[in-house]
Amino acid sequence: MTLRLNQASLRHANHVDALRGIDVQIGAGEQVAIIGPSGAGKSSLLNLLATALEPSSGEIEVLGERAWHLSARQRQRLRARIGLVHQAPPIPPRQRVVTAVLAGKLGQWSLGKSLLNLLHPLDIAGARAALARLDLDDKLFAHCQQLSGGQLQRVGIARVLYQAPEILLADEPVSAMDPVLAGHTLSILSRHAREHNVTLVASLHAVDLALAHFPRIIGLRDGRILFDCPSDQVSREKLDALYANEQLQSPTLAVAPLTVQIPRC
Amino acid sequence: MLNTDSRDPAAWPRLLITVVAVALLWPGIQLSELNPGVLFQADSQSEMGRFVSAFWPPAHDQAFLQLLIKATLQTLAIATAGMALALLLAIPASLLASRALSLSAASRAGVPSLTGRLLRWPIRGVLIFLRSVPEIVWALLFVRAVGLGPAAGVLAIAITYSGMLGKVYAEIFESTDQRPAHALLQAGSGRLAAFAYGTLPNVAAELLSYTVYRWECAIRASVVMGFVGAGGLGQQIDLSIRMFAGGEVASMLLTFLLLVLCADQLSRLLRWRLT
Repeated sequence: MTLRLNQASLRHANHVDALRGIDVQIGAGEQVAIIGPSGAGKSSLLNLLATALEPSSGEIEVLGERAWHLSARQRQRLRARIGLVHQAPPIPPRQRVVTAVLAGKLGQWSLGKSLLNLLHPLDIAGARAALARLDLDDKLFAHCQQLSGGQLQRVGIARVLYQAPEILLADEPVSAMDPVLAGHTLSILSRHAREHNVTLVASLHAVDLALAHFPRIIGLRDGRILFDCPSDQVSREKLDALYANEQLQSPTLAVAPLTVQIPRC
Repeated sequence: MLNTDSRDPAAWPRLLITVVAVALLWPGIQLSELNPGVLFQADSQSEMGRFVSAFWPPAHDQAFLQLLIKATLQTLAIATAGMALALLLAIPASLLASRALSLSAASRAGVPSLTGRLLRWPIRGVLIFLRSVPEIVWALLFVRAVGLGPAAGVLAIAITYSGMLGKVYAEIFESTDQRPAHALLQAGSGRLAAFAYGTLPNVAAELLSYTVYRWECAIRASVVMGFVGAGGLGQQIDLSIRMFAGGEVASMLLTFLLLVLCADQLSRLLRWRLT
């Protein structure tokens, strides 16, 4: 198992229970979408899987290692093999796109190489290749503050693609993109995962995107797993239960066939 | 204002803080024996007038100007060398004292672990000690150790300013958005690399402008230390005041104005380049 959570709970500092007794097992190369209403704990679950947060109770095993039983140095080495795409990419506004993308490999580079890379980008070709897959290579030397929200999200994805992790976690990776671009970007992510045998876990707001791109769906509500099944078994009743009291996303739009039109914005 | 449905929970604390601030200010004025009325009495006004009238015209003969240029360069050298030495100590100390490089904070919502917090205290203590002793006292100490001259001024500035720079740098690192550095730490990067990629781009302009401002302060401080024999413009001002050469004092004050103006422009230029 690549990722294994055993009765994992997470309580934030303000005594809010974000996750309660989560049991999940995800195998190597699997592609899983996490859906659920806002505040259900999707981000917390991904942060837990990324070993960014320590569970308040329960066990987590990542790539065969119990992350929180390792020394800090070993954990950093483990973390270098996990990539997390953030919903709002945490990139300094005045950093150049090329530096932001190359920062993906900081966990694998020595300090000397990292500092040298700040003075002069050492792998312009690599950064360009990662950006080109997202149709953003023309922005290679732009400053991140000049980009739109959707472009910035794609820079965040390009950074993780450049990192080339064994586990790719994505927290609402396409929330700032229009539907067509969002679908296109998700298919790039899942193709990358398939080609490199990378385990992909993404949380998504849009149910239709999750059903269209992911073979396995985890429904999360109030910090608990409501269902965990193949996407073709996700029924209308399950979604209604998941989003009860929430406005369910219009089912007529769901599973709309994706067009091949690729916008270059 | 204070009926239950439209009550601001912050209203009482704010009122209380205002009252406490005023209550503390009043004895402060009493203790410092401040009485602005004295300034407007006739005899103190004529006394000040005599002192200032001697300042005109500023001295500008050849020999004095040469002396002035030499003293100015010495002052600049003292300030710059002192700052350079201070930075050598301040940069590592600020990195050690700041929570911005805490690995445990990245996975604990920004709060470092208890040991991390305890280990940062001694560094903060050293910085507090370095800056709590005024530079003039350090200068008096070093004048005894290395003799009269600029070296004492350089050492005094280096010690005091490393304390100030270290403290403020550490606070600047903490005051900016921590998420970029935390995200890098969570992706396995080392602390220094995460700092250089996640924090530094956000704080570079602030750091530079504060450093240039401190350099400007170091120029002023080196003048004060000149009074105790640490060389530079200060020693010349001291001599000129003792000789009642008001014109020379005026020239030196004008030089000063020019130096501060230059520092200000430099800071603006650097900020403009970085934003």
